[in-house]
Amino acid sequence: MNVVLAHLNAYVAVFLMVTGLFTVVNRGNLIKKLVGLSIFQTSVYLLYLSPGKIIGGTAPIIADRYEIYSNPLPHVLILTAIVVGVATLALGLALVVRIQEAYGSIEEDDVHRQSAPGEARQGGANGGEAP
Amino acid sequence: MTGVTSESIVLFVNTALLLLMCAAALGVVRLRNLFAVVMLGGVYSFLMASLMVALDAVDVGMTETAVGAGISVVLMLSVLGLTKTREAAPRHRPLVALVVSAVVAVSLLYASGDLPPFGDPAAPAHQHVAPEYLARAPVETGAPNIVTAVLASYRGYDTLGETAVILTGGIGVLVLLLGARRRRGGVRQGGAGESPEGTGAPMLRDTVILRVGAKILLPFILLFALYVQFHGDFGPGGGFQAGVAAATGVVLYALVFGVASAQRVAPVRVVLVMVPLGVLIYAGTGLAGMLAGGNYLDYSVLAHDPVHGQHWGIFAVESGVFVTVSGTMLAIFYAFAGRRQAREEEGAGR
Amino acid sequence: MIIANLPALQVVVPLVAAPLCAIFRAGHRPWRITLAASWAAFACAVALMRRVLDEGTVSYMLGGWEAPLGIEYRIDTLNAFVLLVVTGVGAVIVPYAKRSVESEIQPDRRGWFYTMFLLCLAGLLGVTITGDAFNIFVFLEISSLSSYVLIALGRDRRALVASYQYLIMGTIGATFIVIGIGLLWTMTGTLNLADLASRVRTMEGAPSVLSALAFLTVGISLKLALFPLHLWLPNAYASAPSTASAFLAGTATKVAIYLFFRFFFTVFGGENFVSKTPIPEMFLVLSLCAMFVAATVAVFQEDVKRMLAYSSVAQIGYITLGISLGTQTALAGSIVHLLNHAIMKAGLFLLVGCMVFRVRGFRVEDLAGIGHRMPLTMGAFTLLGLSMLGVPGTVGFVSKWYLGVAAADLGQWWLVGFIMLSSLITMLYMGRIVEVAYFRVPSGAAATATEAPAGLLVPGLVLAGASLWFGLDTSFSLGLANRAAAALVAGVF
Repeated sequence: MNVVLAHLNAYVAVFLMVTGLFTVVNRGNLIKKLVGLSIFQTSVYLLYLSPGKIIGGTAPIIADRYEIYSNPLPHVLILTAIVVGVATLALGLALVVRIQEAYGSIEEDDVHRQSAPGEARQGGANGGEAP
Repeated sequence: MTGVTSESIVLFVNTALLLLMCAAALGVVRLRNLFAVVMLGGVYSFLMASLMVALDAVDVGMTETAVGAGISVVLMLSVLGLTKTREAAPRHRPLVALVVSAVVAVSLLYASGDLPPFGDPAAPAHQHVAPEYLARAPVETGAPNIVTAVLASYRGYDTLGETAVILTGGIGVLVLLLGARRRRGGVRQGGAGESPEGTGAPMLRDTVILRVGAKILLPFILLFALYVQFHGDFGPGGGFQAGVAAATGVVLYALVFGVASAQRVAPVRVVLVMVPLGVLIYAGTGLAGMLAGGNYLDYSVLAHDPVHGQHWGIFAVESGVFVTVSGTMLAIFYAFAGRRQAREEEGAGR
Repeated sequence: MIIANLPALQVVVPLVAAPLCAIFRAGHRPWRITLAASWAAFACAVALMRRVLDEGTVSYMLGGWEAPLGIEYRIDTLNAFVLLVVTGVGAVIVPYAKRSVESEIQPDRRGWFYTMFLLCLAGLLGVTITGDAFNIFVFLEISSLSSYVLIALGRDRRALVASYQYLIMGTIGATFIVIGIGLLWTMTGTLNLADLASRVRTMEGAPSVLSALAFLTVGISLKLALFPLHLWLPNAYASAPSTASAFLAGTATKVAIYLFFRFFFTVFGGENFVSKTPIPEMFLVLSLCAMFVAATVAVFQEDVKRMLAYSSVAQIGYITLGISLGTQTALAGSIVHLLNHAIMKAGLFLLVGCMVFRVRGFRVEDLAGIGHRMPLTMGAFTLLGLSMLGVPGTVGFVSKWYLGVAAADLGQWWLVGFIMLSSLITMLYMGRIVEVAYFRVPSGAAATATEAPAGLLVPGLVLAGASLWFGLDTSFSLGLANRAAAALVAGVF
C-alpha cells in the first residue's frame, strides 16, 4: 500500500495521459480529439509537478517564517507548457471551424472520405487571386 | 485515529483530486454530447489547478485556472456554436488507439519504477539547481517569488520563446479566421445598436442580474489583473495570469453586452497592434541589455546597480508579456466571434 | 559587440523581424523585412561557423547567468553546420517567395505569411543552437505552430485537413519529447544538455532513463516523419503553398534529425549507451522500410508535390540509416546528407513551383512537354533528379557513397546492395517526370507556357548549381561533416 501511495501521483498521471492519448488517436470527432489532446498535455504537467513537491514545504515564495520550499523549476517549465498548449488549442479550434465550413462536417471519417487524393478539387478554401 | 498530520491531509486532498480527475477524463472518453465533453474538460482543468495548488505550484495553478478552465472553455464553446454539438456514433473498433495507449502506459509504468517517492526531499531534482535558485534569487533579483525570478530572469529566454508562441498562435488564428468568408474583409465591426445575438448569447442583455453583475465585476477584474501583474514579484502572479485576467474581463463584457460594445472599449486595430508589440518589448529589453554591454537579456547592466537592473528588466519583460497575452486572447476571441457574426449575417441575407 | 553576441543575434534577428512584419503589413514591406532578416541570419551563421572552426565549441550565456542556472547557447561543428543549412535554404527561398506569395496568397494575408515564415525560421534556428533541453521544446513549438499555419494557407481545403493532422501528430510528438525531458530532469535535476550528458552516463540501464530515451525517440520521430510515423508529411507538403513546401522540405526535418544526433550521441553517450538498446536495429529496419516503401509509393503518385513528399520520407531513411550504423563514416554520411538533401529537395520544390506558376496544374500529366517550353527549369530539375539518383559528380552521389563505404566497413555488403537498389526506385519516379516533360507533346496550358520569371527561376537554378558544385568539390561539406561526426562519436560537446 505504501508503494502505491508513494507513487500514486505517477500512476494516476499515467492513467490520465493514456486516457487523453486514446481520445486523440481514436478516429472520431475533431473537437473531441482536441479535448483529448488537452487532457493528455495537462496530465504531463503532473509528471513534472509531483516530483517538485516536498512534504512539509510550501510554495517557493521566500518569507521569513518558512524554511522548506518546494522546487520552483518545474513551475516555470509548466507555466510555459500551459501557454504552449493553449496556443495549440486555439490554432486547432480555428482549423476545426474552417474545416466545418469547407467540408460540412467535423467527423474525421467524413472529412477523410471527402478529401481522398485524386478527387476533383472542390472550391478553393483559400484561393490565390480569386476573391 | 492518531493525530491528523499535515502530511496525511496533503495525501488525502491529493488522492481525492486525482480520483475526481480520473472520473472527468473517463467522462470525456465515453460521452458523445460535445457540450458535456467540453464542460468536463473545463472541470478537469479546474481540478488540475486545485491539485497544482495542493502541490505548492501556486503560480501554475493560477495560470491553469485562467487558461485551462477559463479561456479554453470559452473558445471551445464558441466553436461549438459554429459546428455540430453531437459526436457521430463510432463506426469501427478503436484498435490502433488501444494498442498505442497500452504501449505508452506500459512504458510509463516501467519508468516509474525507479522514480523517487512522492514528496521526498532527497530526490535528485532537489539537489542541484533548485537550492541555488532558492538561495540566490532573492539576493540577486530582489524578488521573493522565486518562480517569477526564474521565469523572468534566469530562464527569461524561455519566456521570450513562450511569448513568441502566443504570438504565433494568435496570428495563426487571425490568419485562418479573418476575412475569408469573402463578404467583407477584416474583423466584424459591429453596428451601434446591434443585438448580442451575433455572439451566440441571445437575450443575455435583458437579464438584469447578468447586466448589473458584469458591470460591477468588470472594474474589479481589471484591477485584479493589474494587481497580479505588478505584484507578481512578491506573490503568485505575473504577466501571463494578468494578461489572461484582463482579456477575460473584456470577454465577459462582450458576452453580456455584445462584441460591438466591447470593441468600443478595446478596438480591433489596437488589439492587432498589441499582439506583436509585446514580443517587441520583450526582445527589445534583451537588446537593451546587449547595448549596455551585457549579454542578451542581461538585466544587471540596465541600471546603476545589478539588483535595480533586475527589477527594471523583470518589470519591462513582464509588461511585454502582458501586452501580447491580453492582446492575443482578445484577438482570438474577436476572431471566433466575428466568424459567427459573419455566418449569421450571411444566413439572414439569403 | 555584434561579434560577441552572434549566437543570440542568430535567433533574435528573425524573431524580432517577425512581429515587425505583423505590424508593417502593407505592400512590399513584409517581404523586404524578411529578405533582410534571412540574409542577416545567413551571414550570422557563416560568422559562427568561422568562430567554431577557429575556437572550438562556442558557449554563450543568455541573461548573463551561467549554466545550468541560466540557458546556454552551445555551438559546435555539428550545429554550426545545421545553422548554415537552415539559413542558407531560407536565404535562397526568400527571393523566390516574392512572386510566389503574390500568386498564391491573398493580399490581406501576405504580411502574416511572412510573419509565420520568420517565426518558423527563428524557431528552427533556436532549436539548433541551444544547449538547454526545455529551450529545445519551446522553440520547436514555435517552428511547429508556424508551420501548421503556413501549411493551412495552401491552395484548397485539403490544406486545412493536412494542417490539422500535422497539428495533432506534431503536438503528440512534442508532448512525448516533454515527457522524455521530464523523466530526465526528475532523475538528474538539470536541463542543460552538457550537464545532462555527464549525469546520464552514470545511470546506464536505469528504467526511467531508458524510458526517457524511448519517449524522446518516438517524439522526435513524429516530428521527423520517420516511417511509420510519416503520415502527416505527404499531405502537408503537397497542400502547402510552394514557398512553404520548399522551405519546410529543406529545413524542418533536418533540424529534427539534428535532435537525434544531439540526444543519442552527446547526451546518451552514443556508442556506449544507444548500442546497448534495440534502437540501432529498429532504426535499420525502419530506414530500409522508408527507403523502399515510401519510394515505391512515390512512383504511383499523380500529384507531383506528393511524389516529392514521399521521396523526402524515403531520403530521411538514408539519414537514419547512417545513425543506425553509428560509425564515424556513417554519421559523416548522414550529416552531409543533411546538406545535400536540403539542396536537392528545396531545389526540386522551387522548380516545380516555377512550372506550376505557368501551367497551373499539379498532376504529372499537366507537365507534358514542358521540357521544351521551359528548358532552363526542366534542365535544372533533371540535374537535381540525377543528383537524387546518385550520379557521380552530384551531391546525391556523395552521401550514398559515404553510406555505402560505412556499410562496407562493417561488412554489411547486403546493405550496399540495398542502397543501390533504392536508387533504381528513385530512377522510376524521377524518370517518370523527366519522360513526361521531354517526350510528350505539350497540351493545354503547357503548350503556351514560357520560362518562369527570373525571381522564381534563379533560386532554383542556384540550388541546382549547388548540387553540382558541392558534388564536385566535397572538401567543404565532407570536411565539416567528418569533424562533426568525430565529435559525436567521442561524445564531446
